[in-house]
Amino acid sequence: MARSDRAPQDMRTTLQNWLPKLVLSPSLAAMMVFVYGFIIYTIYLSFTNSKMLPSNEIIGLENYTRLFGLSAWTTALINLAIFASLYIVICIAIGLLLAIFLDQKIRGEGVLRPIYLYPMALSFIVTGTAWKWLLDPGIGLENTMHLWGWESFKFGWIKDRNYAIYTLVIAAVWQSSGFVMAMFLAGLRGIDNEMLKAAQIDGASNWNLYRRIVIPLLRPAFLSAFVILAHLAIKSYDLVIALTGGGPGRATELPATFMYSYTFTRNQMGVGAASAVIMLMGVAAVMVPYIYAEVKESR
Amino acid sequence: MSGGAQDQAIRTGRVTRTFIYVVLIFFALFYLLPFFIMLINSIKPLPEITGGNMMALPTDPTIEPWKSAWSTAQIGVEATGLKPYFMNSILMVVPAVAISTILGALNGYILTKWRFRGDNLIFGLLLFSCFIPFQIVLIPMAMVLGKIGLAGSLTGLILVHVVYGIGFGTLYFRNYYAAFPTELVRAAMMDGAGFFRIFWRIMLPVSGPIAVVCIIWQFTNIWNDFLFGVSFGGLDAQPVTVALNNLVQSSTGVREYNVHFAAAILAALPTLLVYIVAGRYFVRGLMAGSVKG
Repeated sequence: MARSDRAPQDMRTTLQNWLPKLVLSPSLAAMMVFVYGFIIYTIYLSFTNSKMLPSNEIIGLENYTRLFGLSAWTTALINLAIFASLYIVICIAIGLLLAIFLDQKIRGEGVLRPIYLYPMALSFIVTGTAWKWLLDPGIGLENTMHLWGWESFKFGWIKDRNYAIYTLVIAAVWQSSGFVMAMFLAGLRGIDNEMLKAAQIDGASNWNLYRRIVIPLLRPAFLSAFVILAHLAIKSYDLVIALTGGGPGRATELPATFMYSYTFTRNQMGVGAASAVIMLMGVAAVMVPYIYAEVKESR
Repeated sequence: MSGGAQDQAIRTGRVTRTFIYVVLIFFALFYLLPFFIMLINSIKPLPEITGGNMMALPTDPTIEPWKSAWSTAQIGVEATGLKPYFMNSILMVVPAVAISTILGALNGYILTKWRFRGDNLIFGLLLFSCFIPFQIVLIPMAMVLGKIGLAGSLTGLILVHVVYGIGFGTLYFRNYYAAFPTELVRAAMMDGAGFFRIFWRIMLPVSGPIAVVCIIWQFTNIWNDFLFGVSFGGLDAQPVTVALNNLVQSSTGVREYNVHFAAAILAALPTLLVYIVAGRYFVRGLMAGSVKG
């Protein structure tokens, strides 16, 4: 800012210097209270003896010991591990396959791409409603196969304790794999064609070209896909509610549904808060390094 | 996403190409089928669903299920259909999207053109707030909304969505404005233009594309939200996603699948329309939230 001797000018300059911070401050305050303040408060609650209502009686780590002693929580964690790993791996596999295939100068790419992506615009509740019915043995896919003459066809995973978790994977993959395709496609379109041509002149087969050159170049897209999918998996709530309601039994209970039911219907707020803290730690473990790199890079 | 204008380095034979098309079309069917099945079954009378094949086209099409889903289906205790909940969603989405987008634009402008010590830290904190599992804020939010008398009200839901929408809004505009030449802003400052004047005259006129991206993203997210709606919507401010879930999960009476499907499509319609009309921007929004550069 140019210096000026005139007083009014100075005042204006001062105001101009403060204005940006002033305009930013409501957002900043909202973030500090509603995000970080609330996080701290929930952490605090996780150390208290809160049941139906918040309490100020500190009981140390007892909620955490209880939490990890609960079979429902262990089930939720195991389910999350199964769900998240399959969801991430299958989405990335399908996404990569579709992106590579679409990148072969395909006629009708403009039609196919939006078809792959539209589920991402839907609510998980809508997705859950559709798949709940498609997977229902009495009326959905199994019934159709029977009517078509394949009498021995069985597909009752959604009603089966041991397999219900995989129906969650099917519906979630249906919703998100197109998005992963878009991320990989953007990555592929960013690769310099000359380099590929040179490799091909050297006699590399298509398979080797992709395995040795293209896929390694897509590393950033792999990383982004992993981070986004992992945090979506940890947060999964709507889809479980709409598709299976956490059942049959507890077969599809995830940390998010556990937190909700322990806090709001079982009146175990302390335990619920502790489970929310564990979820936050899971997301932070994935997101913080990523965000740190992002912010640092753009400095 | 650039078009395939440059000539391709990878050459594929005829058999490979056929295989590629088969795979691509198979997946297109995989993505389309659930929606298609919902659509054809939403215009069948109930006996045709329970007694027939879900893949069969309707023999006796009817729009009754749609009428019922919209205005007479039993949701919760009242037989109101989705209509009032749909209205709730609209009344919630419009202000929430507008406010979070405007705040996002201002924040992005400040964080790129009026930089100060610690601005990157603030941006990092805002960025992380986009990705937190909302379970971590549910309990205190419920308490605060109760204390200030906004529990179970649309105003409360708008507040919640604005607060947790600021992060993404800021992310979009910041990354967009970062590419805008700072010299132009400097020059305007030298000419004596102030903070708002520069924003209004220089930044806003070039913000069209990113504003569309941001609005679509916030609209989709807020419209599709279920967790906040079910936690803070109470009885009077339930959004359409919560109503749809109540309708589908209700265990009383006959399961009217055709009505459920019509309701699901109705609930999905606004975001689908946005996607069909402005899909390009939707994809850009998704990417901007995840891919670097």
